[in-house]
Amino acid sequence: MTHPTDPLMRWDDVLAGFDPVLGLEVHVELGTQTKMFCGCRTEFGAAPNTQTCPTCLALPGALPVVNAVAVESAVRLGLALNCSIASWCRFARKNYFYPDMPKNYQVSQYDEPIAYGGWLDVEVPTPDGPRIHRIEIERAHMEEDTGKSSHVGGETGRIQGAEYSLVDYNRAGIPLIEVVTKPIEGIGALAPELARAFVGELRALVVALGISDAHMHQGSLRCDVNLSLRRTRVDELGTRSETKNVNSLRSVARAVRYEMQRQGALLEAGGRVVQETRHWHEDTGVTTSGRSKEQAEDYRYFPEPDLVPVAPDAAWVEELRSALPEMPADRRRRLQADWGVSDLEMTAVLNADALAVIEATIADGADPAAARKWWMGELARLANERDVELGQLGIFPADVARVIALVEAGTLTDTMARAVVDGVLAGEGSPDDVVTGRGLQVVGDDVSLLAAIDEAVAANPDVVEKIRAGKVTAAGVIVGAVMKATRGQADAARVRELLMAKLGV
Amino acid sequence: MTESTDLTRMTAARLASVVATGDASAVEVAQAHLDRITAVDAAVHAFLHVDTAGALAAAGAVDAARAAGGAAALGPLAGVPLALKDVLTMEGIPTTCGSKILEGWRPAYDATVTRRLKEAGVVILGKTNMDEFAMGSSTEHSAYGPTHNPWDLTRIPGGSGGGSAAAVASYEAPLAIGTDTGGSIRQPAAVTGTVGIKPTYGGVSRYGLVALASSLDQAGPCARTVLDAALLHAVIAGHDPLDSTSIDLPVPPVVEAARHPDVRGMRVGVVRELTGDGYQAGVQQRFDESVALLEELGAEVVEVSCPHFPYALAAYYLILPSECSSNLAKFDGMRFGLRAGDDGTRSVEEVMGRTRATGFGDEAIRRIMLGTYALSAGYYDAYYGSAQKVRTLVTRDFAAAFEQVDVLVSPTAPTTAFKLGAKLDDPLAMYLNDVATIPANLAGTPGLSLPIGLAPEDGLPVGLQVMAPVLADHLLYRVGGALEAAMLDRWGAPILDGAPAL
Repeated sequence: MTHPTDPLMRWDDVLAGFDPVLGLEVHVELGTQTKMFCGCRTEFGAAPNTQTCPTCLALPGALPVVNAVAVESAVRLGLALNCSIASWCRFARKNYFYPDMPKNYQVSQYDEPIAYGGWLDVEVPTPDGPRIHRIEIERAHMEEDTGKSSHVGGETGRIQGAEYSLVDYNRAGIPLIEVVTKPIEGIGALAPELARAFVGELRALVVALGISDAHMHQGSLRCDVNLSLRRTRVDELGTRSETKNVNSLRSVARAVRYEMQRQGALLEAGGRVVQETRHWHEDTGVTTSGRSKEQAEDYRYFPEPDLVPVAPDAAWVEELRSALPEMPADRRRRLQADWGVSDLEMTAVLNADALAVIEATIADGADPAAARKWWMGELARLANERDVELGQLGIFPADVARVIALVEAGTLTDTMARAVVDGVLAGEGSPDDVVTGRGLQVVGDDVSLLAAIDEAVAANPDVVEKIRAGKVTAAGVIVGAVMKATRGQADAARVRELLMAKLGV
Repeated sequence: MTESTDLTRMTAARLASVVATGDASAVEVAQAHLDRITAVDAAVHAFLHVDTAGALAAAGAVDAARAAGGAAALGPLAGVPLALKDVLTMEGIPTTCGSKILEGWRPAYDATVTRRLKEAGVVILGKTNMDEFAMGSSTEHSAYGPTHNPWDLTRIPGGSGGGSAAAVASYEAPLAIGTDTGGSIRQPAAVTGTVGIKPTYGGVSRYGLVALASSLDQAGPCARTVLDAALLHAVIAGHDPLDSTSIDLPVPPVVEAARHPDVRGMRVGVVRELTGDGYQAGVQQRFDESVALLEELGAEVVEVSCPHFPYALAAYYLILPSECSSNLAKFDGMRFGLRAGDDGTRSVEEVMGRTRATGFGDEAIRRIMLGTYALSAGYYDAYYGSAQKVRTLVTRDFAAAFEQVDVLVSPTAPTTAFKLGAKLDDPLAMYLNDVATIPANLAGTPGLSLPIGLAPEDGLPVGLQVMAPVLADHLLYRVGGALEAAMLDRWGAPILDGAPAL
């Protein structure tokens, strides 16, 4: 797909002339069993419109009932973000017409969010080493998701030019928490990485709390990037754009950088930034103009009369606070110390999103170094090859721990271990099943090894002469031949021992 | 007073006992009412849909249950026919809310009220006419034509629940369900000489009640006697987990109160702001006589002031349209009901717009526009915000009044039934019909309307309203029952016996 390309300003020029002001809105789709206001299931990927009922289809007469687990999740996230929790708050209706929103209003929260006024510390890499930056949180509020439209026909997959549109209401009514930051200013060149770090840290927090699977590629964590530029040493804020659908951590940083360069070029050429929604295109790495927000949309918010206020009991909130899990930053510090790895190595683990799987593999008995080596090496390679996240690769930490144990026990060579992993990924069962099924075992039986050695010796008389003459390195040829004959299943060290004994060297 | 052997003239209580003892089968009872509908509904037009087969099947099930388990297997209203306002869903049965936009829609689910009626063995005869989406005081805003008042077919039966009140008043059904957002149960009861109760907000589930204004809507009983209304109230009331605004407390002892009506020692407050100017002379006269009668019966009557009640109507006409503009947004032709202009050339927005322009009547469009305006940025505080403050003040007026008295009374409506068409072109005049009933909706308090005679000048029924504190619904029945018994003594027959034959 091609998009009209806007002129971009050189990065250094943007930084020289402008200060970025960044605001982030992150929607977290909660992993509750049922929807925000009805009992429908929330499974991802179910057949269209199979997870619906009168309430989430907005059939006349149906009424909403608040999902208590969603409220609990919102309070816990609010607490983890160091927010104050409202002792009393209401839902509000946000009124606008759109076919994928069955009621033509969204039940959200307006001026009474359940959590407000918090912060989250994030770590950004700088040339002088990692730096902690505190991001102020404006609010975190509860709302329901909309349905999903697909526009069929036409070139763009957008509604313009489409032949017809289909709406799937399975997503309508799935609980969301929207986290909104205060404007982040004075960050200059750090803006892209800071945006990425914030979304990454929030995602880690959500996962640690266990309230969402936070898969950006499936839309269960979605980021909107608000960005404006103001000329350096000018107080007045510039006009902002709101970039939607930024659905990977890498894209968050790219989108911020792109918008800074686009707006910089525009302003430098004497143009003005239009207040609008822009769409991020993952494939081409550009944003394109969407809905204009110059005419501020009037959502006619008012308190939702079908619901009663939410009034979290103070004692219950304290109970939730005391039961919060270890915060991701603390956990990272603890694991880094436990594993004894450098900052650089730790960053690599985090970038590969391998922290959880490595931790679990170690918990299943593996040596930290080995666990890290496998997940950051062979398994990362395979995940990359298959274009999936490590956690989605299809091998459990327990399996990896078992493979590592088998290697350490000398039952498998590294080559064989990789074959076992292949087998597990191919659905051949547990590592032990694959070992049995594929007959992968280090041949520990000296008799069959000796037979193979005899054959190799007989076939390579000249090499044998060299070894006897003291050129021990030549033994590799015989060992190699034996390994080949045993299809790699022999323990090379043992083969060498037996060969030397036989030749009396 | 001699008791009729005509099944359609019997009270619900009597019909239930006739069915329980086997003097008549539930099917005979249902058939008698279906026959009555066939005979008179062409003139009255109380029903939008008559479910003959469903009613007879439900009645048959009651008879079968009695045959299998005896009278003990039946609930207190088993086998009694009922007319259901067309704003409540009933599985498989058309539900139009009096609007073209829902023409042909058959809900896939029962409202909680409908479910409870079915479980109690109540026989639902069909769906009754109403002002479109319950917006109106005359049933003239139905897209399917008006209902006529059985007392005078050229007059309005009240609204929005004119169909339910007229069905009860014309002996098409002994019971009906209405819904009351600003008086839609009580005002029709007043102008048709029947009994109607708006329970405490949250007392009866709103699940399956197509919302007009969520914070005001409440379903309740329509009947010809106070006891019948209480029996129906007890069947439909109670907590419902599907309605967040439903109250999770025991239902007030309404049947007990209706069976033992007594006002001795009760303090009754006459609301100063709901009498005098604007009230028809005959309405005021019958009301004053009833107040005197309450005193004779042993009540202590005092005048009470509710200083903010005069602002209630204005506040109501901001809150109601605001909520309604949002509640009615879902009628867009996308998922159910009417769809207009979808010829393959128009965008989804155009089809939504055409569907709504075609499907909604004038009053619905008027209120959607008013509400959209009242909620708009820059106007919200002045309109919706101020109205909510008035609402709080009205609620405080009630609280202060109930410090002094047990119940409040007023005329239910300022006038008797007016002529069809008389106020159709004057929305403000139409809105004034609900001036006395609206305060209870704003405060969530319960209210009852009871016939107290005919206005001397036009010979049409007059209603008295009793208002009680939240969750003191039983006090309505105590007062209403006592007045009803005293009136019956005085008149020698129910007031409805004086209605002309249809």
